[in-house]
Formats: sequence, structure tokens, C-alpha cells
Amino acid sequence: MDKILEVKDLHVNFATYNGTVQAIRGVNFDLSAGETLAIVGESGSGKSITVRSILQLLAKNADINKGTILYHGEDLLKKSKKEMDNIRGNKISMIFQDPMTSLDPTMTIGKQVAEPLLIHNKVSKKEALGRAEEVLRLVGIPNPKERMNDYPHQFSGGQRQRIVIAIAIVDYPEILIADEPTTALDVTVQAQIIDLLKELQQKIGTAIIFITHDLGVVAGIADRVAVMYAGKFVEYGSVDEVFYNPQHPYTWGLLDSMPTLDTSEDDHLNSIPGTPPNLLDPPKGDAFAPRNEYAMQIDLEEQPPFFKISKTHYAATWLLHPDAPKVTPPKGIQKRFEKFKKLGDSK
Amino acid sequence: MAEDKEAIVQVKHLKQYFNIGKPNEVKAVDDVSFNIYKGETFGLVGESGSGKSTTGRSIIRLYDPTSGQIMFNGKDISKIKSHGPQMKKFRREMQMIFQDPYASLNPRMKVKDIIAEGLDVHGLVKNDDERDKRVRELLDMVHLNPEHMTRYPYEFSGGQRQRIGIARALAVDPQFIIADEPISALDVSIQAQVVNLMQDIQKEQGLTYMFIAHDLSMVKYISDRIAVMYQGKIVELADADEIYSHPLHPYTKSLLSAIPVPDPEIEKTRQRIDFDHKSSFHKGQKLQEVIPGHFLYCDDTKAATFK
Repeated sequence: MDKILEVKDLHVNFATYNGTVQAIRGVNFDLSAGETLAIVGESGSGKSITVRSILQLLAKNADINKGTILYHGEDLLKKSKKEMDNIRGNKISMIFQDPMTSLDPTMTIGKQVAEPLLIHNKVSKKEALGRAEEVLRLVGIPNPKERMNDYPHQFSGGQRQRIVIAIAIVDYPEILIADEPTTALDVTVQAQIIDLLKELQQKIGTAIIFITHDLGVVAGIADRVAVMYAGKFVEYGSVDEVFYNPQHPYTWGLLDSMPTLDTSEDDHLNSIPGTPPNLLDPPKGDAFAPRNEYAMQIDLEEQPPFFKISKTHYAATWLLHPDAPKVTPPKGIQKRFEKFKKLGDSK
Repeated sequence: MAEDKEAIVQVKHLKQYFNIGKPNEVKAVDDVSFNIYKGETFGLVGESGSGKSTTGRSIIRLYDPTSGQIMFNGKDISKIKSHGPQMKKFRREMQMIFQDPYASLNPRMKVKDIIAEGLDVHGLVKNDDERDKRVRELLDMVHLNPEHMTRYPYEFSGGQRQRIGIARALAVDPQFIIADEPISALDVSIQAQVVNLMQDIQKEQGLTYMFIAHDLSMVKYISDRIAVMYQGKIVELADADEIYSHPLHPYTKSLLSAIPVPDPEIEKTRQRIDFDHKSSFHKGQKLQEVIPGHFLYCDDTKAATFK
């Protein structure tokens, strides 16, 4: 498949009062046309900063001090402000987490949805409004023609998120970045929005980068998954590989600390002890080592490289080194391995 | 539910309306009845606006209920005066843990003063030494370093702050704790830490919990019984396993079908069930026990089909 986006060795620092926070510490990934890549991680892991770097929507104290972001082979980091304006909301657009704050309360939704088209100077106002109406219908706003003149407060939370999506897709972007688009929503509304994104992807062929901390949502939407911890990817692979054949102890911890509907109350939940490291002074070795019950001496001293598990599946843990001792992963993970075997056999 | 179980809380026909008589009247809790038994964890789930938090806040008397009774250890507490001695006694026996660990701790107070506030109000310690000793005990109980008692809330992470909130609730030796979305604001890896802690403390101290949440998989894990709320009403109430394996109300079915499961194979085959509000609610319906221990909001004709 065509790689439309390639992020290479991305490093982002933030200058703060307390010193330099090394928020992104060498991230590599690519995105193919029409696919969905999910980036999973906890707050502070750097997932939002990674995708905001693509559109250069970072705070003033941020510094992308290393790396390239190639969009169709051209480095976005070398583009001028004007050139970036042409890409944003047009070729690459973004949906933010909070539908309450990402809409302008003083502007009718028809105008807000039409705005990207008018800014990019392609069509007349009438045409833009016509297209806005069409897109509002596409995202499932009832009676779009009448509701074009309503203001955001006249819509429910789920409808507002649909409007935010309408703005993002009105120009049929090639890449849609969705940063926790369903976190603020109720589960039934969340399910509707995810179905909508999948449907839109089929209709307009957009590639999606989906950011979330909810592994359940990832399982439902992603083709490929990247797990992020302390400013780095620790594991990535196809959705089946990451969910059924996870290799990094952090991925194990994440998958195992969520109760599934058949976890009984007698089992203690497997919590990950401790808290993420302070990125003002990142640890020398594997950043997860202090919380990792499988950590070895080398984890504290040297950062693990990515080890190849399959053509599409990589994990950065010393446990995959040929000389590493064999460890027994948690029970819940072993169950996942069994499922992976069955999947392999059936294929 | 077995008859021999002793109810610690009995809610009878509780109504909590806001803006009564005005055009914007809200029936946040609309005629809700249930019991919570000693030692159990009672889960209350629902989506935003369903009235689950309001129910919790009415029980602990942060609001004055519009009508109905709230019996706590057999005494009606729905009408006791806000600042009287009865209220003070009641507040010692029932405590609350809040959702947002950032907003629920006073940023200008030291951790030891936050935790000891209840001890001071109720005169439970005689002097500073005793007070410090008790605060140390409590911090130890929630697995925080007692040496950190002189620090301020901003020096702690979200999960640690929620532990401080738990220590504060435990300080006055309550019998019953209402936890309103205590883990929603926390990261996945930290949620399990807090839930495990709450369960350990429950076992040690024989506490009863009401656990309010929208995260259905965590609620199932922690609760003995679960009530599902929708638009101010309890539409279904049963044992945790029963409600997940045999949901009866269309809203419960729709809610369960929307839970994302961290398993791609399950997600691929998932069928979402839509819920049509208009066809599901009409007059003559009430919450009734249709199968032993399993309550459903329905009319008598529907209830008869289960006999």
C-alpha cells in the first residue's frame, strides 16, 4: 500500500519553568492510504503531542528539535506557515476531544462547517453552504437544512461531536486525526460515533489516526495499533498482533488491568504499580522498568531497541533478546496467546 | 435478595426535582426505590443526565429530597435539618468519595489537615499527637507514605490524590461510603490500583459501598448488585452477573451492547442494539420483581409473562 505519511525519529521538547520536558523521545511510524492507525497510551505519554506535531499545532514553548514528517515525501516541518495553512483542514484535518470547546458558540453551525471550504478559496459561499448541508446529513444530523442556522448550544453532546466531524471531513481530507474523539461521550453515543467514522472512511477513503486510552475502542476501530509510553512507542503491530500476541510488559499491564466482562470479583485486578516517569529527567534505560515486574538489570541501563516479531509487529523490550530468560506472562495474557494460535491455525 | 440480609439504606419513592413549578423543571430522580444491604457493593450505572449522581447526593443529603424516604439503619434521614446535631451524627456514618481528585481537595490545605478535618469536626482526637498518629494510620491504609502528610495536593498525582480522598472518607470510621465515579478521571493503569485498594479496605472494615459509574465493565467487576438508571428512573436491578447475562430491559440491552471490549474478534461481530425511548416508556409501569432478585421497570402485563 501507499505510504502517505512517514514520521521519522521525532523528538519534541517543551521548555518549562522547571526545565526541559522531553515529551517525545524518538517516534517512528507510517500511515498508508485508507487505513486506521490507533495510538494508545496514558495521559502524558505523548500521543496527542505526536499527532499535533504533524499539523504543527503545538504550544509556543514546544520545540520539534529533531525528526522529519514526510507527507507524500515532502517534509511538513520545512513548510512555511502559509503552506501549512493550506494542508490543515484540507488535506489533513483533526477532530478534538471536547465537542463543547471546539465549536464557536457565536457562529451558526452551517457557517462553521462551510468555513474550511471558504478559507481554502475553492468555492462560492452558496456552494460551500450546500456542501455543508450535505456533510451534516452524512454525519447524521436530522433536518440539516433547517438546523444549519442553529447555534452549537442547541445541539446535544453527541450531535456536537458529529458537527465537529462534519467540519473535519467537509473537504474530504486524505488524513483524519481524531484525538480522543469519544472520550467525553456516553457509551451508546460513543458507539454511534465510531460506527459513523468507519462508515465515512469507507465512503471517502480517508486514513485515520485515532488516539485513545480506551483499548476497547481500539479493538473496534484499528487496523494497526501503536502503544506509547513515556514519549516512545513500545510496541506496534496489526490489531490482532497487539491484542492477541502482545510482547511488551507495558502492553501486558494495560490489557490485564482492565476487567473484562468475565473477570470475577475473586480475581484481584492486575494493577501496574507506581506512576509514569518524570520526563524532565527521563530514565536512562527502559522508561517502564521501574514499574515492570519482569525488568532485568539491562532494562535499567540501556534502552531496548525494537525487536522484530513479524513483518508487521515490533516491540521494544529486552525480553525479546535471544539471551533473555523466558518469562511467564500474566494469566490473562496467556489466554490471549491461545487465541492468537487459534487465529493462526484458522488462517 | 435473601430476606435475612440487613438493609443499611432503604430508599423509598425518592423524588429529587429541581426548579419546581418553573418551565425548566427537571425531574432528576423520579420515584426511585431500592435497598442496599450491609457489606455489599451496590453499583448504580447510567449515562450522563440519568440521575445517578443526583441519587447519591440526595442519599447523603447534599440536597433536600423533594419527596420520598431515605432510611439509614432504620431511621428516616430524608428530613433531618441541615445543621442540627442529627445531621452531624449522620455525616459521620456516611461518607463520599468524589470523581475529580483535582477539584475535591482544597489546594491550600496540607494533606494532613484535609484528612483530619473530619476528626476535628467530630472531636475524635484529643490532641495534635493523636491527630498525627491517626493521619499516619490512614495514609498507611491507602498505601501512601505517611512522611508526605505535610505536603500539598499539587505534589501528588491523580491516583495518589484519589487515595487522599479515600483516606479522608475513612477518617471518621463510616459504615457506608458513596463513591461517585471515583476512577473515571484516572488512567487505566491507575484505576486498577484504586479499585483493588477500595476492595481491600471494604474487606478489612466491613464497609458498604454505593459505586456510581458509567464504566460498565468496572462496575460489574466491583459490584454485588447493580441498578441501571435512565431518565431519573431505575429501569432494572439485579445481581451483577444476572444483569449482564440476562438483561431484560431494552435500555440495559442497548447499554451493554455499546460497551467496547478489548478484543478485536468480539468487536468485529458485535451487534449494537438501538434503544427507542418513545416505545419503551408508558403509564402503568413500575419497578417490580419479575424473577427472584431481578427487578424490571415494566407494567403488570409484562411482569405476568415471567410467572
